[in-house]
Amino acid sequence: MFLLYCPHCEEHREEEEFHASGQAHLARPTDPDNCTDVEWGEFLYFRKNPKGLHRELWHHSAGCRKYFNVLRNTASYEIIGSYKVGDWLDAPGEKKS
Amino acid sequence: MTRYSGIGLLKHALHHQENWQRMWRNPKPRDHYDFIVVGGGGHGLATAYYLAKVHQKANIAVVEKGWLGGGNTGRNTTIVRSNYLWDEAAHLYEHAMKLWEGLSQDLNYNVMFSQRGVMNLGHNLQDMRDIQRRVNANRLNGIDSEVLDAQQCKEIVPIMDCSSSTRYPVLGASWQPRAGVARHDAVAWGYARAADALGVDIIQQTEVVDIVVEDGVAVGIQTKQHGLIKAGRIGCVTAGHSGVLAGMAGFELPVESHPLQAFVSEPIKPILDTVVMSNAVHGYMSQSDKGDLVIGAGIDGYVGYGQRGSYPVIEHTVHAIMELFPVVSRVHMNRQWGGIVDTTPDACPIISATPVENLFFNCGWGTGGFKATPGSGHVFADMLANGKPNKLCKAFNMFRFHDGALIDEHGAAGVAH
Repeated sequence: MFLLYCPHCEEHREEEEFHASGQAHLARPTDPDNCTDVEWGEFLYFRKNPKGLHRELWHHSAGCRKYFNVLRNTASYEIIGSYKVGDWLDAPGEKKS
Repeated sequence: MTRYSGIGLLKHALHHQENWQRMWRNPKPRDHYDFIVVGGGGHGLATAYYLAKVHQKANIAVVEKGWLGGGNTGRNTTIVRSNYLWDEAAHLYEHAMKLWEGLSQDLNYNVMFSQRGVMNLGHNLQDMRDIQRRVNANRLNGIDSEVLDAQQCKEIVPIMDCSSSTRYPVLGASWQPRAGVARHDAVAWGYARAADALGVDIIQQTEVVDIVVEDGVAVGIQTKQHGLIKAGRIGCVTAGHSGVLAGMAGFELPVESHPLQAFVSEPIKPILDTVVMSNAVHGYMSQSDKGDLVIGAGIDGYVGYGQRGSYPVIEHTVHAIMELFPVVSRVHMNRQWGGIVDTTPDACPIISATPVENLFFNCGWGTGGFKATPGSGHVFADMLANGKPNKLCKAFNMFRFHDGALIDEHGAAGVAH
């Protein structure tokens, strides 16, 4: 059972209050009218699937109902930390992409 | 390879069963193979077997990180069925079903394929409409499929609560009589033994750490234990770790890896002689020959590579099973485990050439790969032998996520995702 920290409620809560919403920091194409099929396909369907550090979007669906990001290790399940959408949390040994 | 037979069994009984031959060799890898299959699960071993048998190829190796069938092949709930909605998926899974029906004889290995039927329940009007649509589609594709009402469900599964007083009443079901279960370990072992007999080198405990690509062409694999092994064509059949292997070759796959879990109860007397699945209340159950109740749960919502699942999912699944089968409320659970499934956005597999020449992937089977094992191996062997897809797997190429020709089996397949 994950104990996730909601940066909006500023409290740790149990996993069941949350809904995992996939990869974080997905930028919608800035010029959607002129996207190629490949660009749209990449945006819609291709996701990072790392065995290791991963940035995810979580929804506090049974709490404040706000979104936030979690930096988590998908192999060891260690949670590095939570941060608000628009913010950034540095991970050990990782550069901002 | 000495053939297994009834007489052989008697002969070995006279010697206290002590002189059985080894089922496969444990060879040292050569420097070069014409075909390397990465991943020694059911799909990978089946691929190697059909390459040798159907396509008469030699110089084939299967490279496995752990032991044979130690991944999802040994972790699933062993259900086999082919009642999929869309033509492409229905043809592929029905192809597998036909191979299942002769598999024990073909491999000379008892895979304990038992066609005890699979029931997919409907709990509301929309479920029943979807079931009718899917059953009609199945019948047009020549797949046996029927619509049952609640009374007929009750006759087949007397222990199921089909009363109207439950929170999610059983209104009916789709029923595929030819579907059933098979012994998962035996499938891996049977394919391994038969492939080995045809000269396939099965190399266990050898982890691939890199795929060597020169000028856009895959030329070999770098392994932790045996260094570089060169290859003509490489087929990756590594389920949950497919994304990791694609990363080694320098491209991304549209898959996400999630833990999917299952559990079994203590052995009890026979109470269920078929398979019951429910999409709406999210649980499925069958009973093994040993007497254990085999219960399947859903996937965790987040990406994970830990071969265990989360507790909320267990609780949710137990709720569903209790609702359907109140009689099992005091049965103890024996074991619980998880496997890593590679899910695609349209819940259909990827059997495909890749941006790298001579490198092919067979992955994305998600929550339902076991049932397809023979068919998956059969079509992937064809792809490796000829370098291009045949008509059964053409639609399942990875580039469908660019051109939009998805095969949307989510929910339509009547499975609990």
